[in-house]
Amino acid sequence: MSVQTYTPREFHRQAHDALGNPQIRANFRKAMDGLMSKRRDVFSDWDLDALRELGANIRQRALARLPELLEQLEANCQANGIRVHWAQDGDEACRIIRELCEARDAKSVIKGKSMVSEEMHLNTHLEGAGIEALESDLGEYLVQLNEQTPSHIIMPAIHLNTDEISEIMHDKTGTERTRDVDYMTAAARAQLRERFMAADVGISGVNFAVAETGTLCLVENEGNGRMTTTVPPVHIAVTGIEKVVEHLRDVPPLYALLTRSATGQHVTTYFNMISGPRKPDEHDGPEEVHLVLVDNGRSSIYQDDELLDTLRCIRCGACMNHCPVYTRVGGHTYGTTYPGPIGKILMPHMMGLAETRDLPSASSLCGACGEVCPVKIPIPDLLVRLRKESVGEGRGNVPGAGVKRHRSEVLAWKGFQWLATHPGVWRSAMAIAGKLRGWMPTRLGGWTDYRSTPKPAKTSLHALVKRHRREEGSS
Amino acid sequence: MTPIKQYPPKPARVYFFGTCLIDLFYPEAGLDGIRLLEREGIDVRFPDDQTCCGQPAYTSGYHDEARAVAEAQLDLFREPWPIVVPSGSCGGMIRTHYPQLFSGTPREAQAKEVASRVFELTEFLVHVCHIKLIDKGRPEKVAMHTSCSARREMGLPDTGPALLSQLQSVELVEQERTAECCGFGGTFAVRHPEVSGAMVNDKVQAIESSGAEHFVTSDCGCLMNIAGCCRHREASLDGEHIASYLWRRTA
Amino acid sequence: MSSRARILQRLRDRTDGALVPPESDFSVMTGRGWGVQERLERFERLISSVHAEVIHTRQASWTETLAEVLTAKAVRRLALGHEHPVPAEARAALHEHEVDLVDANRDIEAWQREQFETVDAGLTSTGGAIAETGSLWLWPTPDEPRLTSLVPPLHIAVLDAETIEDTFFDVVEAHEWSQGMPTNALLISGPSKTADIEQTLAYGVHGPRELVVLIRHREEST
Repeated sequence: MSVQTYTPREFHRQAHDALGNPQIRANFRKAMDGLMSKRRDVFSDWDLDALRELGANIRQRALARLPELLEQLEANCQANGIRVHWAQDGDEACRIIRELCEARDAKSVIKGKSMVSEEMHLNTHLEGAGIEALESDLGEYLVQLNEQTPSHIIMPAIHLNTDEISEIMHDKTGTERTRDVDYMTAAARAQLRERFMAADVGISGVNFAVAETGTLCLVENEGNGRMTTTVPPVHIAVTGIEKVVEHLRDVPPLYALLTRSATGQHVTTYFNMISGPRKPDEHDGPEEVHLVLVDNGRSSIYQDDELLDTLRCIRCGACMNHCPVYTRVGGHTYGTTYPGPIGKILMPHMMGLAETRDLPSASSLCGACGEVCPVKIPIPDLLVRLRKESVGEGRGNVPGAGVKRHRSEVLAWKGFQWLATHPGVWRSAMAIAGKLRGWMPTRLGGWTDYRSTPKPAKTSLHALVKRHRREEGSS
Repeated sequence: MTPIKQYPPKPARVYFFGTCLIDLFYPEAGLDGIRLLEREGIDVRFPDDQTCCGQPAYTSGYHDEARAVAEAQLDLFREPWPIVVPSGSCGGMIRTHYPQLFSGTPREAQAKEVASRVFELTEFLVHVCHIKLIDKGRPEKVAMHTSCSARREMGLPDTGPALLSQLQSVELVEQERTAECCGFGGTFAVRHPEVSGAMVNDKVQAIESSGAEHFVTSDCGCLMNIAGCCRHREASLDGEHIASYLWRRTA
Repeated sequence: MSSRARILQRLRDRTDGALVPPESDFSVMTGRGWGVQERLERFERLISSVHAEVIHTRQASWTETLAEVLTAKAVRRLALGHEHPVPAEARAALHEHEVDLVDANRDIEAWQREQFETVDAGLTSTGGAIAETGSLWLWPTPDEPRLTSLVPPLHIAVLDAETIEDTFFDVVEAHEWSQGMPTNALLISGPSKTADIEQTLAYGVHGPRELVVLIRHREEST
């Protein structure tokens, strides 16, 4: 399998490739169908509206108090013995983590799943400094073996099927070619256990950081998160500044929403709550725990009342599982750390609208994402907002605002406006269109690659209604 | 999720907002909608100066242009009558997005008031008219595609199927992934033709596999998309707006 | 200015002004109103559905059940603590059993490879359980460290039937977790698993392949 890099600039080409790849299409379709049906079943006995309302409310409350909660989190973490670091962007976060590793003379890092670390390209940075960073989540491990990036935020290797994974493991680790998932899982277990024992540092993400108690919560099924945060002598947790919640009692609702929305599970195998390094009388756990709080564009999003909703996200991936576009083009096509609907409303802030120019438009605004979002992020509205920013009619507070404003398109919309605000001209235009219907071109951009040309009707509704009224009058 | 909405009793008069797609491409669907309402004893007023709700500009991000177009529609509905729209997409635009579009402008209150009177046609027939349909057509298997805006934005997944279920000789067949978007999405189909094309091909496939002889939709955007794809594939399947179907079978 | 100060300042000087925190209504998380039996049934059904094995036993004779499990699972080396009544009673009862009792309450640096490679099972107590999701909750201690429930391929957890509560929210509130959290608090719901290979479930990817829950009942009736 050839290694390919993806970029949001090439969305169209990458979408073309994915759409033409029956394997990708089948892998995603099957996986998304399964995830949607599992989610539906697992919420069947819940008052889902009330639960989502609570989830949105908890996240909104955390955001409303964000600066003070971050300070409270820091104070309580430090009181618990967790050292807190702040990074304005990904580079600064990478540097902080590298320096923490170097201070321990670390050569080998084992990682639990962390999308923020993907966002800041931590592995590449550490490797540049001669520190090996190995992913331990099975999906991430496989993706890393295959020299790829995750194609889904919860299920990183969802684009690969069993045969492809068998081939990758055979090539890179020398296991037998097989369709036996238990065999492959056991092989990965053995390979990674050695690495857990040898690792100098464990790096994890954080699902919820509790300000009230200085607690870092990690959600997982595999146990690699617990290994990563317990076995190596140093644990570095890295997370976005928006992940803080106010109270410990805010956690159960968000956890309930997260697992059910993500994978349709009532609960994950492990919910791991860490509130400090090993105490003097304790026998395992890391000697040092660090928390790196990463901004990387979040404080900019935070400025705007409408964009703020983006930061409610708890990274469940339900929006991608239910997205008809994601299902067809897969995660890599987006060329961004976060793919799918959440990626489309988040990545423009991190990479700018120039780099991500084709993402906000890559949605039919069908609303499936907003409908399932556990914290009720109005994703379609935010896509429209970013389109507005792209064409320079927004507030201009998103990087790259106005990048898609082209004279010809503006003229076209101004023309539309003129026509639609001059009803007499509109009616004439409808009548003329009806007369010229035979002259419609047989090709209309990409539309006619998949559909026949729509033909204006001979008589417009305006004219039909008039005729209808005359007929009524005469009858 | 259907929003809890208090429906008014059946009124004597309504406004009919025909939508630009119907005006240009599917005028019969608009007229059939009017006829269905008239048969319920309702006096249907069609403001002659109506053009477009402004949604194409709105979803493309051109909100100044959309607002100007929307503003031109706001004054057309001065009497306190319900406004019936044979499209979930345009209905959703007026009901949900007009208040957003005019928020903080002098027209805000008017936009909200107009929005509060908007009903999608099938919603109005079911919940306000409590329509009783007598089917005169031949036995037929039909699939329904409810537009995403009707389904999600307006919270009306059931009104179209409810009307079809009143037609005695019609069997409403279930298609795979009923709730999935057909791939139209206005300018999405133009800006991302390949993705949109994949979506509409899957939709046609799903409808064909359901055994349907015919399909109906409540939105002419979806209709243009799905029926256009059927013709492109030279499929025997064809579709029409639900208003036309209901009128055709019951007139 | 430090990064910390800059970030906090940006958040404080918010363009659209200060935000008003909404009130939260947690009623959807609590008030299940389940009886003892219903809690037990729910817990068992849910944790069994994620591949855990539930065995009912009695307070008075649970160590006999434990011995049977150890024999049935061919456990030769069992890691456990000393002081908590669960490991203490187990140690006393397993004196005659052929299983090797491995001290879990040792600094991990002294026996990491031994733990990873030679221990067949870890025995721990639990703080209680959650009926709604079929979860055990544990607060590891120096006596029963974190890795005991993670590294060995079999985890045997001892649960008293009357400590099953309705929801996670109820546990957090009733036990006032916010008043002081331990170094590590855990919910465990089944053995370690993954579905990362084409959605196919596989167990024991990093943690235990098997989880056995011994539910201790006070009365003879169950």
